[in-house]
Amino acid sequence: MRKFFTLLTREIRSYFYSPIAYIVLVFFLLVSGVDFYFQVSFMNGRAVPYSVQEAFFNSVFFWFAFVLIFPLITMRLFAEEFKLGTIEPLMTAPVRDWQVVLSKFFGALVFYITLWIPTLLYFVIFQLVTKQPAANSLGAYLGSYLMLLLLGMFYISIGCFASVLTKNQIVAAIVSFCAITLLFFLGLVAFVLQDISSSTRQLLGYFSAIEQMGTLSRGEIDTRPIVLYTSMTILMLVLTHQAFQSRKWRL
Amino acid sequence: MIKVENLTKRYAGQTAIDNLNFEVGKGEIMGFLGPNGAGKSTTMRILSSFMPPTSGRASIAGFDIFEKSLQARSHLGYMPENVPLYNDMRVTEYLDYRAALKGVPHRRINERVGDVKELCGLKDVEKKLIGALSKGYRQRVGLADALVHEPDLLILDEPTSGLDPNQIRQVRELIKNLGRQHTILLSTHILPEVEMTCSRIIIINKGKIEACDTPENLLGQMRTATGVVLEAKTGNDNGIEELKKIAGVRDVSLTTEEDWQIFSLRAEAGADVRPEVFRLASQRHWAVRALTQRRATLEDVFVEITHADEV
Repeated sequence: MRKFFTLLTREIRSYFYSPIAYIVLVFFLLVSGVDFYFQVSFMNGRAVPYSVQEAFFNSVFFWFAFVLIFPLITMRLFAEEFKLGTIEPLMTAPVRDWQVVLSKFFGALVFYITLWIPTLLYFVIFQLVTKQPAANSLGAYLGSYLMLLLLGMFYISIGCFASVLTKNQIVAAIVSFCAITLLFFLGLVAFVLQDISSSTRQLLGYFSAIEQMGTLSRGEIDTRPIVLYTSMTILMLVLTHQAFQSRKWRL
Repeated sequence: MIKVENLTKRYAGQTAIDNLNFEVGKGEIMGFLGPNGAGKSTTMRILSSFMPPTSGRASIAGFDIFEKSLQARSHLGYMPENVPLYNDMRVTEYLDYRAALKGVPHRRINERVGDVKELCGLKDVEKKLIGALSKGYRQRVGLADALVHEPDLLILDEPTSGLDPNQIRQVRELIKNLGRQHTILLSTHILPEVEMTCSRIIIINKGKIEACDTPENLLGQMRTATGVVLEAKTGNDNGIEELKKIAGVRDVSLTTEEDWQIFSLRAEAGADVRPEVFRLASQRHWAVRALTQRRATLEDVFVEITHADEV
């Protein structure tokens, strides 16, 4: 366990050594800040059937920024080690493959979570300034941040898998971007194709991150996405581990 | 300390190492020689558990590298070729990280990292970013990393490549000193280095072990082991014929330099023909300006072994 934490600490630190981390942070805060600003100014003086918090988590801005950050934070995980050759000292130290895979996954997850922490401030500031609640209930906050965590875990595990396949960071970024975007838009097929049968539409709805976010950000904690994303994350991490081990036999 | 049995590694379509067998005993400094692409790095990578062999087995400190890989790795300090390092970390920070990763107890990390920085001459650069270090310092960071957990065995892949002569000398001294407490397997291209530091040598060519012996024995076995050079003026005598009559001389060749004749004599292994040559020259009243023995170097051994089929 100690080795896992040693590895994890290095992973987290290495994010804050690289300029990419700060670029992602700034970009992300900018987009989410603009999102928040527009939602609030749209709702200003207008009667709407949703809260600021719901609007914030369900806007186009939000999803646009959301799918873009994963390739950026996961592309270097393994690809950089392969490229620099640092994988050699790493794997000749007495560490297990799964320790490395999990430390990279959780390192990215910790960075992802730090991206979201400042957004909590938006709601605090909103309440301070307007003296009105930003959300209908505490559960709504919990639900939306839970959804972010679940979806983040899954998309990061996809990024891990893409990164373990190549030593080229750009290739890793493109592969994970395509995979994440395709999965994300799977949930939109139901809107695009009007004439598909209702059972297909319902099935696609289960995979729709947008619909799930709609539910959870209202404060309805639905267990289906929890099971779906947790199990998919585990599956992707198992695949990553397998692919990581296969490097030995491909050499 | 290292035991290698029938170790074979095949890459797609080509055999990198073929049925290697050797042992390295405790306290030995084993030199691993061979031309580029002979399979040195492959062997070392297999021993460090970085890649598995196609067949055969090997063990380090009694632990099979495949079945007990973690234990084998914790007894091993490995420095890969070209020393890949994290450029975004600082020297001390990197060594702290590596020490923790290799299981050095928490309370001993400071002491161990301090020791290896001292030993490898890294005190001046301990706060620098690794990415900003020169090649020589990177090499030392790699060496410090290999040493930080006090391994019984060090495997160093070309520890002196890319260094300047002063740095090479420093690293060589360091390795010699380390050899007192550690078993070392090192590969290199620089032959005088091996002669000076290693207690035994393996010469590998095209994936096969061509020779495995002490440097002295290898030199002794050489056909060209001893040669004598005589620079003289022989007047009207036919120097070649006269010299060939000396017992133990196998062959004589002649070149001239200004009006001096330079005879190169090849003697039989172990024979020292210099007294006889001198006696002949004084009997014949040849003017002699030099009589020297040319010792075969490891370079001769290396060239003879690795190019035997091409010459």
